[in-house]
Amino acid sequence: MTTRDEERIAALLGLLKPAPEAWVKAAQELPLASRTLDDIVDKARADIEFRRALIADLEAALASEGYEPDAQMLDAVRRRLDSE
Amino acid sequence: MQPALTDAELVARCREGDDDCWRELVDRYSRYVYAISVQAFRLGEQDADDVFQEVFARAYEHLDRLRDDTALRPWLAQLTRRLCIDTLRSGSREQPAGDSVEPDGVDDLIEQLDEALTVHEALRKLPGHCAEILDRFFARDESYRTIGTALELPSGTVASRISRCLTRLRGELEGEGRNPAAAQSGGWR
Repeated sequence: MTTRDEERIAALLGLLKPAPEAWVKAAQELPLASRTLDDIVDKARADIEFRRALIADLEAALASEGYEPDAQMLDAVRRRLDSE
Repeated sequence: MQPALTDAELVARCREGDDDCWRELVDRYSRYVYAISVQAFRLGEQDADDVFQEVFARAYEHLDRLRDDTALRPWLAQLTRRLCIDTLRSGSREQPAGDSVEPDGVDDLIEQLDEALTVHEALRKLPGHCAEILDRFFARDESYRTIGTALELPSGTVASRISRCLTRLRGELEGEGRNPAAAQSGGWR
């Protein structure tokens, strides 16, 4: 067991500052984002018109289907469509 | 108080698709990943944000590759470190091949952050009011006045509570926290 005096404990507490809330929230929502991405890709596989619309104007096509994609989601969809 | 899940339990539940456990995992390690990129590697905000998101994206994607579920902390540290180095390399095109882009003292600082995380884990075992006041004062750098306003306490009371809670945290770290009598003697009212 390491013995630490209170000054040392206080200094150690000060080393771990909170990360910006928006960063933490985005990371916490990864499972949801991942499922949303899978839904979009499945739909693009099944519906050629939707796929064409995505390629023509990704953001508008997603918005018209009720998605609210942020920049990360748009990048992720682009990467997945490119790799298909 | 619900006992906190161990890292191994948390990882196992994340693999089963438990979103709440994933949120807890991110919460538990967000400060650590952030501190490595900002303090040890001195990344700017945009680069640190990119590294932060990439660390957790890769962790989420490759959680099944973690061979030892108890090794989550070193795995995340290594992942963060590698991504910080990649970021620094991509930003310094004139760096001669083979030269290290790592700032001095990274190993020492990460060692300190490991110790800080241990202290932070002990903080989570204290009653919520103690954890909150210590976090506000030492990690969030809030003044007595700001804390007093938020918690509706006079500044003098804030100071004495911080002192008592720090003593309690030290007790927790030394194992006294397992003794209910010792915990009571913290004098929380």
